[in-house]
Amino acid sequence: MAEDLPKAEEFLANIDYKVPDTAWMDTPAEIRKGMYCYASNPKSVEYLGLPNARKWNPLDDDWQLPENWQEIIHNGFKERLERFRSVKVFMDICVRCGACADKCHFYIGTGDPKNMPVLRAELLRSVYRNDFTKIGKLLGRAAGARKMTLDVLKEWWYYLFQCTECRRCSVFCPYGIDTAEITIMGRELLNLIGLNIDWIATPVANCFRTGNHLGIQPHAFKDMLDFFVEDIEEVTGVELEPSFNRKGADILFITPSGDVFADPGTYTCMGYMMLFHYLKEKYGFDITWSTYASEGGNFGFFTSHETMKRLNAKMYAEAKRLGVKWILGGECGHMWRVIHQYMDTMNGPADFLEEPVSPITGTKFENAKSTKMVHIAEFTADLIKHNKLELDPRRNDHLKVTYHDSCNTARGMGMFDEPRYVINNVVNHFYEMPANTIREQTFCCGSGSGLNAGENMELRMAGGLPRANAVRSVHEKHGVNMLACVCAVDRAALPPLMEYWVPEVDVTGLHELVANALIVPGENERTTDLRGEDLPETEDDADE
Amino acid sequence: MNFKYLYSLILVIALFLIAYAGVEMAGMQFVFGILVPYAAVVIFLWGFISKILCWANSAVPFRIPTTAGQQKSLDWIRQNKIDNPSTTIGVVVRMALEILTFRSLFRNTKMALHKGAKLIYSWEIWLWVGALAFHWAFFTTVTRHLRFFTDPVPFPITLLEKADSFFQVGLPLVFQSGIVLLAALLFLFLRRLLEPQVRYISLAADYFPLFLLIGIALSGILMRYFIKTDVVAAKELAMGLVTFQPCIPETVGSIFYIHLFLVSTLLAYFPFSKLMHFGGVFLSPTRNQANNTRMQRHVNPWNYPVNTHTYEEYEDEFREKMIDAGLPVDKE
Repeated sequence: MAEDLPKAEEFLANIDYKVPDTAWMDTPAEIRKGMYCYASNPKSVEYLGLPNARKWNPLDDDWQLPENWQEIIHNGFKERLERFRSVKVFMDICVRCGACADKCHFYIGTGDPKNMPVLRAELLRSVYRNDFTKIGKLLGRAAGARKMTLDVLKEWWYYLFQCTECRRCSVFCPYGIDTAEITIMGRELLNLIGLNIDWIATPVANCFRTGNHLGIQPHAFKDMLDFFVEDIEEVTGVELEPSFNRKGADILFITPSGDVFADPGTYTCMGYMMLFHYLKEKYGFDITWSTYASEGGNFGFFTSHETMKRLNAKMYAEAKRLGVKWILGGECGHMWRVIHQYMDTMNGPADFLEEPVSPITGTKFENAKSTKMVHIAEFTADLIKHNKLELDPRRNDHLKVTYHDSCNTARGMGMFDEPRYVINNVVNHFYEMPANTIREQTFCCGSGSGLNAGENMELRMAGGLPRANAVRSVHEKHGVNMLACVCAVDRAALPPLMEYWVPEVDVTGLHELVANALIVPGENERTTDLRGEDLPETEDDADE
Repeated sequence: MNFKYLYSLILVIALFLIAYAGVEMAGMQFVFGILVPYAAVVIFLWGFISKILCWANSAVPFRIPTTAGQQKSLDWIRQNKIDNPSTTIGVVVRMALEILTFRSLFRNTKMALHKGAKLIYSWEIWLWVGALAFHWAFFTTVTRHLRFFTDPVPFPITLLEKADSFFQVGLPLVFQSGIVLLAALLFLFLRRLLEPQVRYISLAADYFPLFLLIGIALSGILMRYFIKTDVVAAKELAMGLVTFQPCIPETVGSIFYIHLFLVSTLLAYFPFSKLMHFGGVFLSPTRNQANNTRMQRHVNPWNYPVNTHTYEEYEDEFREKMIDAGLPVDKE
């Protein structure tokens, strides 16, 4: 946690929703420490072959742009207007009704009017009007048009990296204008002149080279899972044998590397491993991990459509090389937006795979018959529905759980009831947060779309405020002490958020809860959960 | 100081006066009764169609609906077929509800930071009420006006008129749509002016159409109930326009020309303004697509090959380490 953050109460007291006296076009962006991420490392940019690799600092006056940067932006904009109807339509039809304004977590947390989705889009629209519309050229500012200047560019950069592409505003917009789409396009344009942030550029370069964002090399990846094998043996007495890069396996498993690397994601990872082991012992389930496609997430998505495609290509390539039947995907947010809405289009058709069928229940995953990739919450819900898992939810009795819908699986997929079904079967105490803060109205963790760096902690705490506030309400009402989620960025971002706003609440992935309840064949009586924390006394114990 | 609305207001008053002066002083009935309306319709049609074609010419590379309900997945999980449609029928229903009832706007909430500590979200229905009232009243009014352009007047229009003046006692019949239209416009204007956030995001281009529409509604109401004009003559002029036998009956008052001029301005302005949301809402990719991307492959017309990092390149770099760790490799 950054030391220079004010106390939570002070933070709240400082949020001011009053609009400035000057019109927004006359209020230049002031790039402030704590609210932005460091500039990309030139080595990463160079490794990826992206434009204008150089060392630069957002606080400097000179951003060392190519001489013709205005032309590059203009031409890039023009090209994208032709390629994406979404952008063209969204540039033209906003009526500025303001319904989106207070739907954005960054606006709620900062009070900065340029974080209202409508104004974030106007930052681009104003330039669009000037460059591409007759009325804008004719009337200029009276028509809401303005020229692209260095100040405007800096404003773009500052605010396009204060949007997590969560799409909450697009649920409320009467025309479905999606700020994510505008931010994606804006960031793509910025990338054309080398204006990325390092928290995105370096993971992307890592992922391209080593197969995962964290740059874990194959042997180290295996080592990490081997550590988990030891940890699991300590808790359960059962020895697991995960398999890697194995040709001829039935199914390939891909999950975000964050699960392999950092707590509490690691417990979720152990959860997957235990589930697979259980299924292997009981039903002969045959699955392999890959070190080459060892990343479910895709920070390329936060760079450009092209970079997203370059990273995503590994999933199908690896599935083809290993000759598996279909792919199972772990818990992640934007990973699933990419898989669900982009992968088949970009890198399909996956005609070398089979339509996914659960080898245990025989369920055909009709909803994934073209992409051939199934979400593990769908997979596990199906197992539980068919009574294929032996579960003791009492082992989660020390937890009072609430569930955070990840933005992307919510508004870019619509996966709401599968994880809830799983939770309700592995946990005895589950409480929903208020209706306006869950499901399609879920609030972002505040750190999505590559913004979960350390240097922008103030921004993250602001953006995560609405989520934290909703957690606080169920914490106070029901004593909730555990926040479950199905997203690796959430598992990285929510713990500091909770520590700041609701310190009594911890964060878990879905499959950690599953694994705690799962009665693995041959296991010792468990005295602790996966985190090594003592289990509550069960009723049987109390009777003795 | 924010003068955006003032400029727009002055502009609409100026338009009002131009038409008045043009007819009353300069005797330019021919210009305001025939030339301007024809020009406006041509500009409207040309502008509207070219804008739609311009949008339609852009590709839809990905299927990106905003999913606002449960997806179709396992058989026993109930799908929200409207807010997360997986079929064309579902999309049609979603779009119809969106366009006819403003379903997304209906969800609108208002956030408040209660006692500086607790965020509260309450249902905020007034924007939806105002918007829906305006659009339906406007639609009714426009449809009602078809009686000026048809002879004999088709039955549905007569019926609509009857319904619209249902609560009536006395003459002339008062149309509710006109009153709702004006009230809704005033509400939308006041909301824009008085809510600081909405005022902050508003452009002159947001006030201008409001004033223009208020001007149209006011001149229409004035003409019908107060400064009466010869309705028969007005219809003669309108019929002349639609049958391409334009004529200027002498008994048409200047208030009619003002009304017509403001309507012409609206038509000509429409395709170049935010009013094109009327056409654009049909083409919004987050609403008009089915969420079935994992079931059915969507094709991107400009999908081009990209530079990837192949498994061979990966193994070449890490082969030794992989072998040492006991990981299988393709080339020993």
